[in-house]
Amino acid sequence: MRKYYDFFKLRFATGIQYRMASVTALTTQLIWGLMECLAYKAVAEASGGSMPMDYSSIVQYIWLKEALYVFFNTWSSDNELFSMITSGDIAYELCRPLSIYSMWFSRITGARIAETLLRCVPVLICAFLMPRPYRMTLPASGAAFMFFLAALFLALGITITFCMLVYMLCFFTIAPQGWRMVLTGAVEFLSGNVIPLPFFPKKYLFLVELSPFAYMQNVPFRIYSGDLAGSGIYPYILKQIFWLAALLAAGTALWKCAEKRMVIQGG
Amino acid sequence: MKIGENIKLYLKYASVCTQSIMQYKVSFFLMITARFMISFCELAAIRFLFDGLTRIKGYTYGDILLCFAIVQMSFTFAELFGNGFKTFSGMVRKGEFDRMMLRPRSLILQVMGSRFELGRTGPLLTAVITLALGIRHSRVTWDMAAVWTITAMTVGGTLLFIGLFILEASFCFFSIEDTSLINVLTYGAKSHGKYPIDIYGRGILRFCTYIIPYTLFQYYPLQFLLGKAQDWYLPLCPLGTVVFWLVCHAVWRYGVKHYKSCGS
Repeated sequence: MRKYYDFFKLRFATGIQYRMASVTALTTQLIWGLMECLAYKAVAEASGGSMPMDYSSIVQYIWLKEALYVFFNTWSSDNELFSMITSGDIAYELCRPLSIYSMWFSRITGARIAETLLRCVPVLICAFLMPRPYRMTLPASGAAFMFFLAALFLALGITITFCMLVYMLCFFTIAPQGWRMVLTGAVEFLSGNVIPLPFFPKKYLFLVELSPFAYMQNVPFRIYSGDLAGSGIYPYILKQIFWLAALLAAGTALWKCAEKRMVIQGG
Repeated sequence: MKIGENIKLYLKYASVCTQSIMQYKVSFFLMITARFMISFCELAAIRFLFDGLTRIKGYTYGDILLCFAIVQMSFTFAELFGNGFKTFSGMVRKGEFDRMMLRPRSLILQVMGSRFELGRTGPLLTAVITLALGIRHSRVTWDMAAVWTITAMTVGGTLLFIGLFILEASFCFFSIEDTSLINVLTYGAKSHGKYPIDIYGRGILRFCTYIIPYTLFQYYPLQFLLGKAQDWYLPLCPLGTVVFWLVCHAVWRYGVKHYKSCGS
């Protein structure tokens, strides 16, 4: 456990280095969030209060999405890992008396948490200071907040195990970029990053909820914003646990398979 | 004579780039599919949002689709041709740009040509589908003026986005800091520009007119296209993006003049 913790710490320290980048990221995310708030405002006015989510929930959802962008971003990935696989440096990783799956899992988690901590605080502060209709508010109750935190970390786990599957895919194809784009593009839409899932028509929503994607950012953000409340939360959390276990099992199985057939050529 | 030669050179560049990409055919088709899918999801998102609504701030579903299609097309063309400027910081770092300066050919041509990427055309398919849907749903009367307006909007948008890419690249001459801030102006405009700009309110509309003139190719000609205003000068607005492009070009020229190689 100690070893994995060290990998976590190492990536965490590297992640903290880029401070200037976080200033530009903050500006970008504030503008992005505000534009989305304005767009949904227009939609809310047009629908006259019959939207699938109420406007204040949408505002919370948007700000959380901006603040925790790095947490649930399947897009940007640790390029070092990809180049390790294509360049053959993976041989060094294999020499270590550690499980590669757990090692990579910890370094991705460390990098994500570090970057998020750096980015989310300023975004959230600004979001709480926004003018009235666009302002971020506290969750409805302390219990809701606890559920939010639990769902948040489960969702992070699901996202990272999914990313691990994508990394594992690289062991089976020479040019992984294309596959990666297809998969991450699909996830972005199906996990509610483009529009919140409640906006999906019923029959599509039913299908999406059969996939792991509906249990990524969708659950914690909707709990925080009060869109999911009371006993409605439990099935979602249970399904989150199920998908985390399933993806973890799939990832490790795929890794076992990759490890067996791996050939490192010279070098 | 010189223009003909330049076009020939550019085509040569484009064909070499395409050949090199075609070495990885599966990857190429997946890239195109992925980019198509991502933009198609945006179309689906608009459809879902419009579920049960007739109009948003006076715009019907068809109107928004037209707007989305035009912005999407402009941005795709801009990315296709101006990709070199997007990866420009890498060219400077690797000393590739220094080599370009030694050649007796236009720098802009070389930068644009060396990174021509056919894989960027994926969203074009979505744009064409959207355009067809938009034409069917909206109440535009199809005459020469409408065709001109749509073409001018697309070309104007392409010029404006390429101008922004050039501006982004020019920052590499003056600063080694992260220039990703300008991404808000390019990617942000692409994703939020799918709605007519006045949806976002007066403040944003002003910014998009006086600071970065997006309204020249989007909001104003769109008013004419959808028959909301009849003023004769509205369909000519996209021509104004040429001025914006010239300003960006001047910044670039200034940057090149003061460029000092870091000697790698």
